[in-house]
Amino acid sequence: MSPLASFAAGIASGTIRVVDLTHTLDPDFPVIILPPEFGQCARFRMEEISAYDHRGPAWKWHNISMSEHTGTHFDAPSHWISGRDVPNGSVDEIDPAAFVGPVCVIDCSDGAAQDDDFELTVDGITAWEQEYGRIPTAAWVLMRTDWSKRRGAAYLNMREDGPHSPGPTPDAIRFLIEQRDIRGFGTETVGTDAGQGSHYTPPYPAHYYLHGAGKYGLQCLNALDELPATGAVLVAAPLKIKNGTGSPLRVLALVEDT
Amino acid sequence: MTTPLQPPPKKDPQKRSTAPTRPPEMRSRAAMHLTAAAAEGRFALQCCLECGAVQYPPRDACSSCLSTDFEWRDMPPGGTLLAETTVHASPRLFYRERMPWRAGTVQLDAGPTVLAHIHEDIAAHGRVRIEARLDQAGQGVLLALPETPTPHQEDAPLMRALSADPKHRRILITDARSPHTPALAKALQDAGAAMIFAGEPESWRPYPGRAALDALGVEVLPMDVTDTASVQKLAGEIGGKTDILINTAQMLRPGGVLERGDTAFARDEIEVNYLGLMRLAQAFGPGMCARVSDGVNSAAAWVNLLSVSAMTNAQPFGVHSASQAGAYSLSQSLRAEFRPSGLRVMNLFFGPTEADDWYQPLPPPKVTTNALARAVVDGLQRGLEDVWCGDIAQDIRERFRRDPKVLEREMTMGGDGP
Amino acid sequence: MARPASYEGVVLTAPFSTAYQRYSQDTAHFWIATALRGALRSAGLKPAELDGFSVSSFTLFPDTAVGLTQHLGLTPRWLDHIPMGGASAGVAVRRAARAIQAGDADYIACVAGDTNHIDSFRQLLSSFSRFAMDASYPYGYGGPNASFALLTDRYMHEYGATRSDFGRICVAQRANALKNPNAVMKKPLTLDQYLSARPIADPIALFDCVMPCAGAEAFLVMSQDSAEKRGLPYATLSAAIERHNAHPDDPIQLRGGWTLDVDTLWDQAGCGPQDMDLVQTYDDYPVISMMQIEDLGFCAKGRAADFLRDKDMTTTGDFPHNTSGGQLSGGQAGAAGGFIGMVEAIRQVTGQANDTQVPDAKRALVSGFGMINFDRGLCSSATVLETGMRA
Repeated sequence: MSPLASFAAGIASGTIRVVDLTHTLDPDFPVIILPPEFGQCARFRMEEISAYDHRGPAWKWHNISMSEHTGTHFDAPSHWISGRDVPNGSVDEIDPAAFVGPVCVIDCSDGAAQDDDFELTVDGITAWEQEYGRIPTAAWVLMRTDWSKRRGAAYLNMREDGPHSPGPTPDAIRFLIEQRDIRGFGTETVGTDAGQGSHYTPPYPAHYYLHGAGKYGLQCLNALDELPATGAVLVAAPLKIKNGTGSPLRVLALVEDT
Repeated sequence: MTTPLQPPPKKDPQKRSTAPTRPPEMRSRAAMHLTAAAAEGRFALQCCLECGAVQYPPRDACSSCLSTDFEWRDMPPGGTLLAETTVHASPRLFYRERMPWRAGTVQLDAGPTVLAHIHEDIAAHGRVRIEARLDQAGQGVLLALPETPTPHQEDAPLMRALSADPKHRRILITDARSPHTPALAKALQDAGAAMIFAGEPESWRPYPGRAALDALGVEVLPMDVTDTASVQKLAGEIGGKTDILINTAQMLRPGGVLERGDTAFARDEIEVNYLGLMRLAQAFGPGMCARVSDGVNSAAAWVNLLSVSAMTNAQPFGVHSASQAGAYSLSQSLRAEFRPSGLRVMNLFFGPTEADDWYQPLPPPKVTTNALARAVVDGLQRGLEDVWCGDIAQDIRERFRRDPKVLEREMTMGGDGP
Repeated sequence: MARPASYEGVVLTAPFSTAYQRYSQDTAHFWIATALRGALRSAGLKPAELDGFSVSSFTLFPDTAVGLTQHLGLTPRWLDHIPMGGASAGVAVRRAARAIQAGDADYIACVAGDTNHIDSFRQLLSSFSRFAMDASYPYGYGGPNASFALLTDRYMHEYGATRSDFGRICVAQRANALKNPNAVMKKPLTLDQYLSARPIADPIALFDCVMPCAGAEAFLVMSQDSAEKRGLPYATLSAAIERHNAHPDDPIQLRGGWTLDVDTLWDQAGCGPQDMDLVQTYDDYPVISMMQIEDLGFCAKGRAADFLRDKDMTTTGDFPHNTSGGQLSGGQAGAAGGFIGMVEAIRQVTGQANDTQVPDAKRALVSGFGMINFDRGLCSSATVLETGMRA
């Protein structure tokens, strides 16, 4: 059997499961909050065009609007100033092969449960590798915090000094890029950076280093607890938006039952 | 004294809500000037510019000298009740359903004799104080009140018909996050509101006013005026008991067209300030219109809080002003569309406020949240259509009245060059 | 003011009243045609012989007197439309008389009539006058009841008249109406019934109010020679006055325009109030009848209640008043209410009043009052008729 035929058979038989890592696009789903004088990320909105009524008797449909960075979404290199000159840095230019790849899940849920500002460090990464092996080249690396189970105000966790949520240290991100040459980095929080990421040097190190190096970001991922530490394949294909810096996603993981 | 109004019993679910009826609406154009003054709570009469005669009813020529030049001047409110009747039979449904109705002939200190609604606490042939009010047809009428207020005079059925008094009414403030909402809720409670709801957008991010609303016992419910479904959902839940709706949702950013350089904030402003109003009206308007004659806690008023820049574009908020002008125009459409029901639309125009961060760089005077809340309650109690809150709003109103073009020119100075 | 020229040589003849109906499905055109036909028949005139036509009506819309000429097939050389409600008859007579004297017309029919559909009174009110629309109806929408209630309230306060004083007028008129087969009211009325009636607009109660109905009234004006040639009984016109918007500075109406012209009236008539054998006042509400009795010189201002207290106002009494029952008991057929007294007075002084006939009636005063434009009636008229030729 060809690899694809055996893949199809695996899906059909259930030995390969398709896990949905996407949050529902809901008008009330949080988006990143920036200081008010900056431009803001649009919330997801939906307006009825017709609903089997005088506006269209036999059909129902909606107009929707949102930001490239609303809900579970993809960050392209061109999203950050450090990636502005990266070749093929916008979502319409990226080689589609880049959207599918192996995924490593680093479980930080215990730490995040203890500390809202939990940091993923180089030590944390190497400790994970001790257990699961070296992160392969061109892998998606996801930071599991179980943050996707949070609801309402607990998700952004805004305080007067800003949001508090876990994220990688600058060194950890540099390690993943420079030492492991990952494909991209993903989180269950609203950004690839920690809530307090603006206080690192450089500010927002995950965005800064990832996109400067032509890597991708995945945010607002859901249900990372359903993935194995290694062995799954991730499919995260952004909409083909001309010069798009990101896109809402339907993120699927293919998990082989063992 | 007037018998104090008791909180209404819970509604009999088997009883059909009384369909709204209205007093007569037709008026001559001349008479509309009485309405225009009443809309902002002034009692004005027509004065001849040549001979100075004050005349009533309004005419197209002076009945003393045949001059056709007039102006409407505010009048002293005193008068004496010459004659009265209590009407027990009328072919007009609105009055038929509210019989008996007291009306009378008042000799004004200002000269003319007028017909007026007569408050129940006025003694036969007694002294009165005249106010011009809007009735449920949205037209100006004269109301004779006791010369000195009597206990509970505002509870008389006549007064309820000529106001949108918050007392015993259930009020929805549309945006809990507005810096004005806590003071507004407090003022409405003090005025006897039966219940206050507040719509809360984006409950996933905290805001300072929430604790105050909780302390006041305000029912905070999810609603975002930019999210149609959330507006429809809340209307489905409480639309049938929303007697007064106060729209505090307001998106404001500084900047003119060139300074902004994009349309993103403009779009947000339109989404909140214009389309938000429209969504609210589409969701809550029909239900409120159907309940305008529904007893003590009938639907009574729709309140818009608008920047006075709705009247004339005000830098450095040039783009925001446009959204306010749009909302103002929409409020006029709502007036026309609500008229058949008698649901009032009150616009409160405010100058820069203390509470809104975006006005921080502007010099005083600014409107405090308490002043704004008082103005809303006072406007409802007097049934006003237009309220000008604060010195700047009143200044703009006066300048607009004198010459809108001069005002526009003054507001659009380019500054002296080299 | 110089005394106006005499109305000598002009007569009023051929009085005709239709029966009144509470509600009618017919139009004002129908009712006016019916009355016109009745008057022409009793005078033996063909419609084509009619060369003058005067119309009073509220419910002709969208027509006026002009439209009626084509509608009714008339070709008059003199045409008048008198929208003066209760003062219409006196004004119509004045103008028609001068036209006859001047030779502008030979035979003038004066007709007033209106229909009354189920909802037409409410609709009539809503378009009655600009001042009423602007400044009266928004205050309880009591219509004329409320307006006259205010005048009545003030009149009672100023002059001490009581509800019983008004009631006696209504009770006497009901007695007169019971002798008039055309009247809408068919049952006797006692003072107790009057006093205990349901309130309409305090101090006005049910029996102070006229019953809106459908009907029409007509008479002819022509030269004395013409009437005699045709052998018609006729009344002569001794005097006639009219006045509009009198006393505009009175804060509330306690007197009408008659006060300005009462001396002219009696001077021209060559007689005085004491010489009248009967009086027809415009009685849309009893307070207005009292006002006319005072302003036309029967008693001092404010004393009408005293004056009437010991009078018998029925057809056989010492002060016959509104002998056909007036509007209060006959019904108010719109503008025909302004004609009811005139037509009845012509019948009385020509001896054609049948059961309501006042014995030996020679002189009659007919007074009119009309058009509450805002807070008061603006039009007043009065005429003195005398027997010319009895039937």
